[in-house]
Amino acid sequence: MATASGGGEFVDKFPDEAAVIKASFLIAFVSLGIGAFFGLVQALHRTNVLRVIDSADYYTMLTGHGVLLAIVFTIFFLCGVFHWAVARSLDRPAESALFSWAWVGLMTTGAVLATIAILGGFVPNLGMSADVLFTFYAPLQAHPVFYIGLAMFIVGTWLSGADWFLSYRAWRQDHPDERIPLQTFMVLTTMIMWYISTLGVAVSVVFFLIPWSLGLIESVNPLLTRTLFWYFGHPIVYFWLMPAYLLWYTVLPKLAGGRLFSDPLARVVFLLFLLLSTPVGIHHQYLDPGIAEGFKFIAMTNTMFLLLPSLLTAFTVVASVEHGARQRGGKGYLRWLGALPWRDPAFTGMALAGAMFAAGGFSGMINAGMNINYLIHNTLWVPGHFHLTVGTAVALTMMAGSYWLVPQVTGTKLYSRPIGLLQVIMWFVGMVFMSNAMHRAGLAGIPRRTAEPQYQNFEFLTPIGSIFELRVQIALGGTLLFLSVVLFLFNILLTSLGEESDRPVDSHLPEPLSGPEGSPRILDNLAMWTGIAAVLVVLAYTLPLAGIIQNGGGLFGGGLPVPATVSAGFDLVLTTVTSAFNTLWGVVA
Amino acid sequence: MEIHAYEKLWLALALVLIVGFIGTITYGAAGAGIDMIDDKGGTVDPATLDQHPKFGDPGIERNGENSYDVYVVARQFVFEPGTTEPLRVPAGSTVTFHVTAADVIHGFEVVGTNANTMAIPGQVAEFTVEFGEPGEYGMLCNEYCGSGHHVMEGKIVVMEQEEFDSWYEQQQAQGEAEN
Repeated sequence: MATASGGGEFVDKFPDEAAVIKASFLIAFVSLGIGAFFGLVQALHRTNVLRVIDSADYYTMLTGHGVLLAIVFTIFFLCGVFHWAVARSLDRPAESALFSWAWVGLMTTGAVLATIAILGGFVPNLGMSADVLFTFYAPLQAHPVFYIGLAMFIVGTWLSGADWFLSYRAWRQDHPDERIPLQTFMVLTTMIMWYISTLGVAVSVVFFLIPWSLGLIESVNPLLTRTLFWYFGHPIVYFWLMPAYLLWYTVLPKLAGGRLFSDPLARVVFLLFLLLSTPVGIHHQYLDPGIAEGFKFIAMTNTMFLLLPSLLTAFTVVASVEHGARQRGGKGYLRWLGALPWRDPAFTGMALAGAMFAAGGFSGMINAGMNINYLIHNTLWVPGHFHLTVGTAVALTMMAGSYWLVPQVTGTKLYSRPIGLLQVIMWFVGMVFMSNAMHRAGLAGIPRRTAEPQYQNFEFLTPIGSIFELRVQIALGGTLLFLSVVLFLFNILLTSLGEESDRPVDSHLPEPLSGPEGSPRILDNLAMWTGIAAVLVVLAYTLPLAGIIQNGGGLFGGGLPVPATVSAGFDLVLTTVTSAFNTLWGVVA
Repeated sequence: MEIHAYEKLWLALALVLIVGFIGTITYGAAGAGIDMIDDKGGTVDPATLDQHPKFGDPGIERNGENSYDVYVVARQFVFEPGTTEPLRVPAGSTVTFHVTAADVIHGFEVVGTNANTMAIPGQVAEFTVEFGEPGEYGMLCNEYCGSGHHVMEGKIVVMEQEEFDSWYEQQQAQGEAEN
């Protein structure tokens, strides 16, 4: 953050970038509105409170909810934040505004195509549908337009990353010896992780699903496309999370009245995510036949080490916030909490999002536990978990961050702080109701992704409370969450329509307490870290993929079965090497 | 690189926690012998499932004293056996399940237990369950499998040994008569 902007607001200094960011945010927020509405209908439908759709249409809505919120909203918002962060921290505009609009255009076209294919499911005579949910597991098949839209969207994100790398390269020519500014470092490491991980879904969609949906190939290998999905499906979790982390590290301390505690540690955390995000995807497949236990064990160890950067983040962020509180006159072991700016919706929203992320982290540790996972796999526990993580740590941070970021790109003051404050608190309370009930319902065995969680042959039992009470909590929580989104969109809309102000928000970001000077320069060696990340991916995935292709009937399925050949001895060696490697990296960090 | 003392302590505690988690899971797998779903069930050709010696007519088969194999096919939107007629097992028995899917990916969950697996076309999930007292369990599909996903359910009936034996003999006799 060596180049915190001197005079001039972002929108005045970088008008082209501000326009690109505004467009990205607009698409993100429209998707948020539609996705949240679908969420409300689902929460009321599956709890039997209010039914306005057929149960068969529930899955069309669920697909829309997942794709619009977890892909379109989060990633468009990420693009806006990253575009802002790169221009701000490098203190230079993008190399070509036309190129920036090209990726916005390509991503938007892709998102619109995928959405049309999904919404087609509501019109039976149209012959177009994509009721395949967010995970689109083959052999469930969507209309080709859905896969083509997805592919265009992903390519668009690749171009957005290229935009930021081009800015960095140009900056580097002018500043040959400087450390990469922290925010740009965060953007670049996140994008490298994204390039590595989207390779999986790109192969799955382009080589298998598009030709198959067009009828060019007859079948696919279901376990292969599923594994390729999860190769991408877990790193995308960190792709959602990294813009939130960027805001927690570089903006939240300032909002709290202080500054970031440690710049080097922030770099270490982002590098750990780059290294460990991808070779863990098989932990979503603990219950899959056709994958040897050794590979699941490797994914499990990597996953556990992935707790480390999040635990380090908890320390650094809390320490930075405490420093801010003490700067504001806070005293005592815990009394300093009272000195924080709780009336500021940007601060309060991010702080509540962080607190909820801790709860989500704990339920995630259960998911990651290879054997205890059997109890909750594919139950309502799982959406309970990720509504705390992507649904709150990410979504609430993005909404709260908007109260500080949007004025910087519109040049207008936030319409209402009290409404903003009410909105973030409402989200938190709504999520407390919905998520705790979902977790408990999962422990009772109630499955996820179903329109009718009542069955003929048996009843679900819960040790504490009642199933009725869980339903009421889910319906109530879902309603509060939807109202919170309405308040948010209303507040942002009126903000953007407001009068221009000379100083819409205090946008200055102070330097960290410990700067990057003392940290080893090797942290900035992006090529080396990319190489190590690639090696870890090769170690974790080559053998499982080979086994799946060989034993599961070849690349396209449908062939003759071949007996399992991957030897247990090889498993053991690989497990030992990888976990030793992880331990080593854990210690180095 | 300068690291604050509290930061070091936190880092150490975080590593202890992580290693502890891995330790308990390793103990669960190696010490307590909690079995994982893996590739031991082998593969089948989903296109010719109907001609398969086991999955062509799925159900229960005795393979030793108190020990049984159960073959289950999941397809849109039924379990065979389980949905149209309950899956019957004797009390106090050890049952090895072999579960596969005929069309799309399904889930197989015995409600309220940790007997839970994915059913993937072409793959066979194999796991072993100990059944105790007589009673009934619900089973359901916990992976979205199409517009009728929510009706895909079934029942497991744990029967008294004698009751089961007479039912089983009757089944065998019927099977032979049909052949």
